[in-house]
Amino acid sequence: MERLVVVGNGMAGMACVEQILRHSPQFHITVFGDETHVNYNRIQLSAVLAGEKEAGEIVLNDLDWYRENEIDLRLGVRITGVDSAARTVTGDDGSVTAYDKLLLATGSSPLIPPIAGADKDGVFCFRNLNDTRALLERVRPGLNTVVIGGGLLGLEAARGLQLRGAEVTVVHLMSTLMERQLDPAGGQYLQRKIEVLGVNVLLSHTTTAILGNGRVEGIGFANGYRMETALVVIAVGIRPNVELGRAAGLAVNRGIVVNDYMETSDPSIFAVGECVEHRGVVYGLVSPLYEQGRVLAATITGNRGPRYTGSVPEARLKIMGVDVFSAGFVQDGGPELEAVRYEDPAQGIYKKLVLKDGRLAGVILIGDASDSRRYMEWLRTGADLTDKRRRLLSPDPVPDTGADVAQMPDSETVCGCNGVTKGAIISAIHEKGIRTLAQLKQSTRASTGCGSCAGVCVGLLKAVAPEFEEDKKKALCECVPFTQDNLREIVRSQKLKSVQEILDIYGNGIGCEVCKPALSYMVDMTWCGEHEEDRSARFINDRVHANIQRDGTFSVVPRIRGGVTSPAELRRIADVAQKYAVRMVKITGSQRIDLLGVAKEDLPKIWADLGMPSGQAYTKGVRMVKTCVGTEFCRFGVQDSIRTGIELERRLENLYTPHKTKMGVVGCPRNCAEATVKDIGLVGQEGSWQVVVGGAAGKTVRKSDLLIAVETSEQALEAAQLFFQYYRENANFLERTYDFVERLGIEKVRRETVYAPHAVQEALLDRLAKSKALARDAWLERDEPRHPTQFVQIQPMEAVPV
Amino acid sequence: MSWIPITRAENIPLREGRAVKVGGGEIAIFNLGGKFLAVDNRCPHRGGPLADGIVSGDSVICPLHAWKICLSSGAVKRPAEEQACVRSSPVKVVDGIVFVQLTAERAEAA
Repeated sequence: MERLVVVGNGMAGMACVEQILRHSPQFHITVFGDETHVNYNRIQLSAVLAGEKEAGEIVLNDLDWYRENEIDLRLGVRITGVDSAARTVTGDDGSVTAYDKLLLATGSSPLIPPIAGADKDGVFCFRNLNDTRALLERVRPGLNTVVIGGGLLGLEAARGLQLRGAEVTVVHLMSTLMERQLDPAGGQYLQRKIEVLGVNVLLSHTTTAILGNGRVEGIGFANGYRMETALVVIAVGIRPNVELGRAAGLAVNRGIVVNDYMETSDPSIFAVGECVEHRGVVYGLVSPLYEQGRVLAATITGNRGPRYTGSVPEARLKIMGVDVFSAGFVQDGGPELEAVRYEDPAQGIYKKLVLKDGRLAGVILIGDASDSRRYMEWLRTGADLTDKRRRLLSPDPVPDTGADVAQMPDSETVCGCNGVTKGAIISAIHEKGIRTLAQLKQSTRASTGCGSCAGVCVGLLKAVAPEFEEDKKKALCECVPFTQDNLREIVRSQKLKSVQEILDIYGNGIGCEVCKPALSYMVDMTWCGEHEEDRSARFINDRVHANIQRDGTFSVVPRIRGGVTSPAELRRIADVAQKYAVRMVKITGSQRIDLLGVAKEDLPKIWADLGMPSGQAYTKGVRMVKTCVGTEFCRFGVQDSIRTGIELERRLENLYTPHKTKMGVVGCPRNCAEATVKDIGLVGQEGSWQVVVGGAAGKTVRKSDLLIAVETSEQALEAAQLFFQYYRENANFLERTYDFVERLGIEKVRRETVYAPHAVQEALLDRLAKSKALARDAWLERDEPRHPTQFVQIQPMEAVPV
Repeated sequence: MSWIPITRAENIPLREGRAVKVGGGEIAIFNLGGKFLAVDNRCPHRGGPLADGIVSGDSVICPLHAWKICLSSGAVKRPAEEQACVRSSPVKVVDGIVFVQLTAERAEAA
């Protein structure tokens, strides 16, 4: 068996090895990687920095893959020398490894410009997982940070840091951002978008020094201007790692020179990826890797024939809410070039096509990159656009993705990064019984690169796979296509305090009955009182604090803490019911009293006459604490469930939660008030309490999980409060505790609440106390309505005597 | 046809609706920022009060069973296959007063 040695365990090397393995197992393969990680998706590092993905989620080939393919993987070993005469490579661990074929996939390194003090503590690159981890360790909310470099990588780094709460300034040498991929106008559109997100941009500034005594304290520019900063990221560009190519005596210009068959000047040495130069071009992008890998695999396995003829450079900014796409030649230029533009400054949309001889030469899309695939196809195929000139920027409207994917020809590339066609995806779905996007990724590699084609892949799955299953991470809704986790982070980091603002910046500007209440909850929970509540974003129940019934009337449920009332209170309720001719008085399943069939106009008057606080029976909030009589009367009671239950209700009442929160406190394990099927339950034992969470007795029945067992009532209440606040902050809107606990696992919940470090618990309780201090009985709006016509039936003016 | 003065514009908050008894029935008037729109205050599904719905662009979602009604045409947009329609009425704002245009017989009833 021939020995193939691969230097470089990154995306290029492994994409190539994957292709080689498809041909035949003719090699014994050894892979050297100087990082200590298995192959991961480098272009998703910005998602890790931004907290959208965990490091584990961006792994492309796990250890099992290397094992299954009998690849000898040597991590943490840097190859320092090549002896092309002896056909050996030498590692920095002293090892010497012989090869028959050598593949150099050494990639590139960050370019460090000549800046004094670039070696200070607090200066980082952003190139690999270790850089990312180091950044995550250092970044803190409020920390002043500077990113040098206004290109793709710099901007993604800046956004990542800023999502972690840092104050970020991007410093760029040139007069517009991403000047290599955008024209000046496009750069300005991008800049506005970046600034709206809260990242500062400083253009035309040459950094000359990083200041500070050992540790970064500031940064100095050629014009004498200085800025304070505690952290600097250098992301000005990359340079190909060609040292081994030189050592091996290969032809090297900017990169290791390869021909169309991906051969170097030495017949037993091959090279692929960012370290190579092909027809005078060095690519620093992901999509050429795969095309090169396919050709190289054919050549190296003795199937020399396919040729690599170059790639259309394609760049896509991976910042949520900022669509930027660029491909091909995009600058205004000579007389033979024509530019076609579309601009909508208010919407932040800028599109530009550059045409040459009636064919597409380049494209810029900002603010809406949904047509990028079509333009890439035109670029790749060099299609004659003469008969399309009237509709270059406005494709025939397509009602939805389903129809869109149906119209695509089978030969059209869906995943540009991995070169996967529609036809390949469809046959994989049929032949392998694929049902999820995750399986599709595994099988075809589609959407494992930049991920921008995931929507089309899902569209194809929906159209073709009979039992398509949505992946777990679901976007909130079409209006704001982000997961709720992302949105909570966005609300927090971007200090967004109104639903409309979120919709305008991150969504379609319109919203619907699904996203508006969810966003409303997020804003409310995050800013608890520091914001202007937008009632129009809330369901009618939360506008008038009563539960709408099938005939448009409302039900009224006053708070009766612990279910304990008094003769006077009952008498008052009876009087009110009679006075307003309430259609039904009903004892609820939650030990409360419901007055049904009340007109909206009567609500404030009824509340006033009752003189009782809102029972929140209409909202996603603290419903009630159901209790048994406990030690006060019951001969079996071992804990004072009434007093503890009333206290629990008092501590949490008037607060809102992701979904309704029902609680129960029982004085003994007989569980008369069904505490073990409540969202939060306190179950009294002889000398102790069990605090249980995530129970349900609704559409599903679920026995709660034990959160913790404690000695005193006060400890039980505190544990309940910790869980309550943790649920408020981390659950998705409309996610009941039983789904929440199951999704996270009770172990994680325990670890992050009752077994969390003291400071974390204190912080949770502090935030709860802050919300509680601002929470007020909603029914007080009877005296101070939010709006003059909140409860009023408007009368036409003629009918009102002037 | 005649224009009936209804109320001061500020009595209908932004992106909310309000019900008005006029023309022998109830009309729901919505403030959509740049414009006001009006439809009958009865969802064609089960008669839900549209004025109490959440506004989504130029549509409202009925609070009872989430039917989506276009406020300019009155057409049901969801469920998609549903052909029903509510009556919409022209609205204008003059000197801060919202007017609704009603047919002669409805105006009579008002």
